[in-house]
Amino acid sequence: MPKRRRSRALLVDITRCIGCRACVGACKEAHGLPGDDTATELSATSLTAMVDQGDLHVRRLCMHCEDPSCASVCPVGALHKTDLGPVAYDARLCLGCRYCMVACPFNVPRYEWTKAVPAVRKCDMCIERVAQGQLPACVDACPVEATVAGDRDELLAEAHHRIAERPGDYHPHVYGETEAGGTSVLFLSPVPFAQLGFVQGLPAEPLPDLTWQVLEKVPGVVTLGGAALLAVWWITHRREEVAAAQTAREDDHA
Amino acid sequence: MRDRYGVPFWKAVFYLLTAVGFVVLVRRYAYGLGAVTNLSDAYPWGLWIGFDVLCGVGLAAGGFTITTVVYVFNAKRFKPIVRPTILTAFLGYVLVIVALLADLGRPWNLWRPIVLWNPRSVMFEVAWCVMLYTTVLALEFSSLLLEKLRWTRALAVQQAVTLPLVVAGALLSTLHQSSLGSLYLIVPGKLHPLWYTPLLPVLFFLSAIAVGLAMVIVESRLSSRAFGRALEMPLVSEVGRVLVAALGVYAVTRVFDLADRGVLGAAFRPTGEAGLFWLEFLGGVLLPMGRLAAPRVRANTGALYGAALLTVMGFVVHRLNVSITGFESAQGGRYVPAWSELAITLMLVALGFGVFALAVRHLRVYPEAAPARA
Ligand code: SF4
Ligand code: SF4
Repeated sequence: MPKRRRSRALLVDITRCIGCRACVGACKEAHGLPGDDTATELSATSLTAMVDQGDLHVRRLCMHCEDPSCASVCPVGALHKTDLGPVAYDARLCLGCRYCMVACPFNVPRYEWTKAVPAVRKCDMCIERVAQGQLPACVDACPVEATVAGDRDELLAEAHHRIAERPGDYHPHVYGETEAGGTSVLFLSPVPFAQLGFVQGLPAEPLPDLTWQVLEKVPGVVTLGGAALLAVWWITHRREEVAAAQTAREDDHA
Repeated sequence: MRDRYGVPFWKAVFYLLTAVGFVVLVRRYAYGLGAVTNLSDAYPWGLWIGFDVLCGVGLAAGGFTITTVVYVFNAKRFKPIVRPTILTAFLGYVLVIVALLADLGRPWNLWRPIVLWNPRSVMFEVAWCVMLYTTVLALEFSSLLLEKLRWTRALAVQQAVTLPLVVAGALLSTLHQSSLGSLYLIVPGKLHPLWYTPLLPVLFFLSAIAVGLAMVIVESRLSSRAFGRALEMPLVSEVGRVLVAALGVYAVTRVFDLADRGVLGAAFRPTGEAGLFWLEFLGGVLLPMGRLAAPRVRANTGALYGAALLTVMGFVVHRLNVSITGFESAQGGRYVPAWSELAITLMLVALGFGVFALAVRHLRVYPEAAPARA
């Protein structure tokens, strides 16, 4: 994958969040989804949600991976990483195989289980607004700039800057900098991320590489396998011909 | 077959299962997957993928192993097995496609991978394998029909392309069986270490070969009970002997892999996963392998059949562990199929048996037997 320059990203600073849930409500409004701002778990109608853990409030949303598993596994490319940054989805192409849901290391995509014509639902970083230079709805709604938007490189620098400036207030890790090859949604937290239920133990290499290591062998398997099978066929049938010829000759002599 | 083994009873079962399945299918299309399944955002794949697709494709594996052995390796003594295995494989694949039509959220988009290519996706590879191999199987199977219809010209053409068909079938099957395992390579964090391994594609391939052979034995037994037509016992015993080797290769690879990844210990902890692992590996691999190693067992129809059934059981449990239970420790909660999911699966199984029975009655599936009296 070529390195995208100036891809849009989000930085969520949990130390700043006051738990007002404006982002949750604004997301619903922007996407025309039913319900209010109380969602605590992602669903087909809540593309962002907020978990309250004591004084801390943790947003959940698609991480917009740099090399997203969901897009890599989609057989028809209904999901894809845009140059702009967001991972976008086109329901018209989707087969509904739900492999994206199985594959996402962050368990993000949701399905419209109760619809006859269902779609996968997940945060799209308000791609239409972003394409027009506007802010995503959640960023726009946040009264304290707990979620901000910007270029990924700049936001990463900003995140490290905040940690360096007030090391006592931050856990010294930017979640999303390296997880699963890096994501376009970055988190800062006052406590270790494991305590807040963030997925742990993800490799720094993109997960699609695991699949590619096998898939790239396919042409070789086909060529070698095909050649081997034909070789075996030739040998086994040749042996038979030789044997037949031999018997014929012996018969002649007899 | 009218005169044997309670046919009216089995016919009634067949019609009942098909009717119930059909009603469920209508509900599923009218009200969505949620109306008939227990699938959820945490368990987006359930019985239909875990059993109907993963097991269905595996159980059809006899189709390519036997044709390869006969036509490529020139082991003519296995020739009588070719037809029943091709029939099974063809039916298996058609039913897998029906299952996919039920499971896919938007089945009318099923053709799209033909034009929209994402070669990085294992599902893309799977889709192509299903389409191409079903075509190959249809062509291989066509000889039975052409012969029945006495279309000798077409039959001659069909026979002339046997070798290319067999080779294409072997390659496509190798890719397809292994790619079903590769589907899970992308979830190292979600699948339990007893099942997640970079060797998943290899293990899927090896176990498919074993179960394909086991199915030859199972089918021969069932057809002999139902139609009085079957393979000769020495031949079935011979398949049992090859099955020992196939299970052995699989078992060694499986243990080597667990040891190599340092997770052998996980098999000895008191967890549900360990229990399922032993059910699958001890009950479904080591036990049948040990039993079949004895010539006495291979010479006994009932014992041979029992060992083959154990192999099939072990295979099914392995596929369900990889696709469902292996996710429980990471995903939390649990998926248990709804009765209506089971109804669709049973309908497919019933259709499989029904069409197989029809074919045995009207086509020369077991060539050494005389054609049907009807
Ligand atoms: S978090 Fe999941 S859904 Fe979002 S881009 Fe990454 S893999 Fe895709
Ligand atoms: S459910 Fe749709 S978007 Fe997800 S992988 Fe399948 S085809 Fe792609």
